[in-house]
Amino acid sequence: MSQVNRLATGGRIDRAKPMSFTFNGKTYQGFDGDTLASAMLANGVGIVGRSFKYSRARGILGHGAEEPNALMQLHKGNATVPNPRATQVELFDGLTATSTNGWPNAEFDIMQWVGIIGGKLMPPGFYYKTFMAPQKMWMTYEKFIRKAAGFGKLSLEPDPDTYDKLNVHCDVMVVGAGPAGLAAALEAGRSGKRVIIVDEQNEFGGTLLGSKQTVDGVDAAAWAEQATSELAGMANVTAMPRTTAFGYYDHNFLCALERRTDHIGPVALAGTRQRVHRIRAHQVVLATGAIERPLVFGNNDLPGIMLANSVSTYINRYAVVPGQRCVVMTTNDSGYQTALDIQSAGRTVVAVVDSRHAPDGRLVEAAKVAGIQVMAGHGVIEAQGGKKVTGAIVAPLDEAGDKVTGAGKTLSCDLIAVAGGWSPVVHLSCHTGSRPVWQEDVAGFVPGPTIQNQHLAGAVAGEYGLSQALNAGIQAGATAAGTECAQVFNCGDESEGAAQALYLVPHTKPISRAPKQFVDFQNDVTAAGIELAAREGFQSIEHVKRYTAMGFGTDQGKTGNVNGMAIVAKALNKSIAETGTTIFRPAYTPVTFGAIGGRDIGVLLDPARHTAMHPWHVANGAEFENVGQWKRPWYFPQAGETMQQTLNRECLAVRNSVGMLDASTLGKIDIQGKDAREFLNRVYTNAWTKLAPGKCRYGLMLKEDGMIFDDGVTACLSDHHFLMTTTSGGAAAVLAWLELWHQTEWPELDVYFTSVTDQWATCSFAGPNSRKVLEKLCTDVDLSAEAMKFMDYREGTVAGIKSRIFRISFTGELSFEVNVPADQGHYMWQKLMEAGEEFGITPYGTESMHVLRAEKGFIIAGQDTDGSMTPYDCLMGWAVGKTKTFSFLGERSFTRPDTARADRKQLVGLKPKDPTVVIPEGSQIVMDPNQPIPMDMMGHVTSSYWSECLGHGIAMGTVKGGLARMGETVYCPLADGRVLAAEICSPVFYDPKGDHHHD
Amino acid sequence: MHHIYCPYCEETREEEEYSYTGEAHIERPKDPASITDEAWGDYLFFRSNPRGIHHEMWFHAAGCRRYFNATRDTHSYQIHETYKMGELPTITAKTIAADTLAAQQGDAS
Ligand SMILES: [Zn+2]
Repeated sequence: MSQVNRLATGGRIDRAKPMSFTFNGKTYQGFDGDTLASAMLANGVGIVGRSFKYSRARGILGHGAEEPNALMQLHKGNATVPNPRATQVELFDGLTATSTNGWPNAEFDIMQWVGIIGGKLMPPGFYYKTFMAPQKMWMTYEKFIRKAAGFGKLSLEPDPDTYDKLNVHCDVMVVGAGPAGLAAALEAGRSGKRVIIVDEQNEFGGTLLGSKQTVDGVDAAAWAEQATSELAGMANVTAMPRTTAFGYYDHNFLCALERRTDHIGPVALAGTRQRVHRIRAHQVVLATGAIERPLVFGNNDLPGIMLANSVSTYINRYAVVPGQRCVVMTTNDSGYQTALDIQSAGRTVVAVVDSRHAPDGRLVEAAKVAGIQVMAGHGVIEAQGGKKVTGAIVAPLDEAGDKVTGAGKTLSCDLIAVAGGWSPVVHLSCHTGSRPVWQEDVAGFVPGPTIQNQHLAGAVAGEYGLSQALNAGIQAGATAAGTECAQVFNCGDESEGAAQALYLVPHTKPISRAPKQFVDFQNDVTAAGIELAAREGFQSIEHVKRYTAMGFGTDQGKTGNVNGMAIVAKALNKSIAETGTTIFRPAYTPVTFGAIGGRDIGVLLDPARHTAMHPWHVANGAEFENVGQWKRPWYFPQAGETMQQTLNRECLAVRNSVGMLDASTLGKIDIQGKDAREFLNRVYTNAWTKLAPGKCRYGLMLKEDGMIFDDGVTACLSDHHFLMTTTSGGAAAVLAWLELWHQTEWPELDVYFTSVTDQWATCSFAGPNSRKVLEKLCTDVDLSAEAMKFMDYREGTVAGIKSRIFRISFTGELSFEVNVPADQGHYMWQKLMEAGEEFGITPYGTESMHVLRAEKGFIIAGQDTDGSMTPYDCLMGWAVGKTKTFSFLGERSFTRPDTARADRKQLVGLKPKDPTVVIPEGSQIVMDPNQPIPMDMMGHVTSSYWSECLGHGIAMGTVKGGLARMGETVYCPLADGRVLAAEICSPVFYDPKGDHHHD
Repeated sequence: MHHIYCPYCEETREEEEYSYTGEAHIERPKDPASITDEAWGDYLFFRSNPRGIHHEMWFHAAGCRRYFNATRDTHSYQIHETYKMGELPTITAKTIAADTLAAQQGDAS
């Protein structure tokens, strides 16, 4: 098929570089310099997709980020990309694109009958109203509707490309390289400041590239090229085309997406495909321009109805005229420029239909001189056609544009160019919380007050004229750079007539009966729908938005919002300024997840922490568990073992002989200073005044509300030197907690904290033979039960290495921990394994550690406690000092009425009635399983395991008033219908007297 | 994303280096045992939640590991000042109201 709509000359395309592409399976030709949209229009492609709700045929409306209809599915296989706008996709040879909406295809759509037959049945709130009840059916409807509505598909294969993120700083950040942005960047760049200028298009220039105006006598596009090359020559300026500033955050922080290779092919052949620049700027110049508003009239969504400025852009920049016979409907002078452009491209302008009764600007006169028919005081009230426009019904309007005042007539045409005025692109300025304000004289919302160091230039501030934009730009650049500038541009465009604010073209029928008048094309929101929402009582613009879906999704209300808000305002008898606007969120246009993820994916998602012994664990077949960022051995399976068999073997080894655990991940905080002891008194529940050097003590740490926060053993190394251990996951929080209290409440205490978690490796070995293992390697410490008692600490030499030796136990067995500098941890582990070989020393992981400690009723802070458990709730009153002089953190809260309640949830042991059962952790606990739902929830199971040495399941859980319910039976109703019964008992299942670890 | 001046490092750094740690100038009662449950409850649980000027603590966790205070507008997110632990703010809701009033009177005259 030939390019029927392509002009023989002109445009910024390279006819020497033809490119072929496919759309919905058909092959077409375009040129280097085309967008996918301009190439489709050149080939006469009319329908690009089907609408979301009514499944109506839709064509291309715009030429840039504002395009609501032409959402594409690009490329194939793992490189496929859903939802780029055809207007923003640069053409390359071999590009494949399909419509995202329309199933089975855009030309013939199975949902059309819903649109035609069900149109009246699909008012706003349709989905909520129809499909929320019966709720069961929603799943069925949803599947069908989602499939039919489309909006693209993701590949389920891994993305073949890589992406990057960069952190950047600059003095002046300019967003947008149209006339205002270019002028701002030139001035700021000339001052020597570090400048970044970005623009979403492939080349700088914005509207200049599709303009026939001049700048100081120079052709507009040529001026843009000069400005661009001057910027390129400045070492202090970073100029980035194909880069969209998509988010503007607090304190002048912006994110911009740079598309490096999307214009070359589906996959980057070298380097990264896209990069996110995270930019912190001293000053920001927003030169984001304006988007032309469509006009709202009957059937205004037919393919062949386009924004007038877009039609001009296609003609002047891409040498494409998307029609033969054109009607221009305008409310301001800019539509006349489009009429002139169409005429000079050699096509017919049927008429310029102007809602104003006495238009008189420079361009109006030029059009009249060119012989173009002007129908003043008229409006296109309805378009005719099926799959594309075939005519426009034009009727006279009253001066306010409120009523049709006479009979209409039909103008035959295949293109209607609509110029409904301009909406400043306020999206970025909104991102930082600034609410746009209505400015009557520009008939648009402009950015409101802000605390950012932000400057506005050009159409974003309602400065629509070219001279105005350039002059505002150069002044904004000067202000941002702290310079002064006397340069003034002249483009000879001063005499423009006043625009009329017309947000809904009246029809002979009332809104509810007129053919559909679309406001938001992407979300299929009509004027009638908005009116209905107002009638149904929605008064806030935010509520109307949510009820009708206006401005939702990737569209973000770029073309439709202002018309819609004006219609709401009118329905509520308010002014637009009173009704206000919704605000916009990032991202301005969609950003790929690849770019957001950057390199922080896969193994780089989060740092992994390995202990010094990690290679040994890997070599010996450990399965690993994530504990925070740590990779901890979970269990060490042997060939043919199930996990449970492994755990049974590991636990029995500890109970009967000796097992060894890598405990290096426990948080370790070195505490020094002459007030270290006093500090510990204040942050722990128990007393530290008398703990002698060489002794250890278990400590409970509470928040001020009396609830357990962390626990661990702290050793006294010398009078002014302690080593605190914390839970593996709590180490960072505990250190910050200690620092908080020291810095904010007790700065007078002489105490210092240093994290030494990574500096020490810890081998923890437990079992009746553990002393014998250590005695083989350590000869300079008397390890006998009399000399080194439970909770003693010694320094000594183990396997030739100076070590810290603790006799502490988390298993209930005789147990030692040997700490050595981390770089010798692997060696020490191997030496201990060798020494223990004759006793069958068995490495065990976190899961067996959990079983062993649960058999003893030892809690894991954060598993058995959840920030709502006091020491008393956990049967740990023994760990609370009763006679401490300083009111330690949390102590005062014990006597609060709520903390002292007898029916608090308390931690108890749970023994399943059926000894073979292991109750699932997290199970809810009730007293009466036959109580009708909702049952009284008494608590839940916090820890539960199979105990091989006891021969039955064991569990711990919280139960309301549990400590007074010993011996009672509780029930755990499970999701699968089973109900498990258990008896409340002491959580100490194994060796309740504690004989073993004292041996 | 905030850009925060650490009064100890004397540098403006990215928010990622800091963590927010609640309202500033909440003093722990000197003798908790002697105060009523209600007074203790106030200290534990009750915090102001102003729309506007708020004095709050930040922790330079990935920097100098010092706690400091900031005077921040909870609506605009403007940080008016940061100051060291133990110091008092020079900018408060009162001083800002006075400045605004003075500016208005200046405009009027
Ligand atoms: Zn700092």
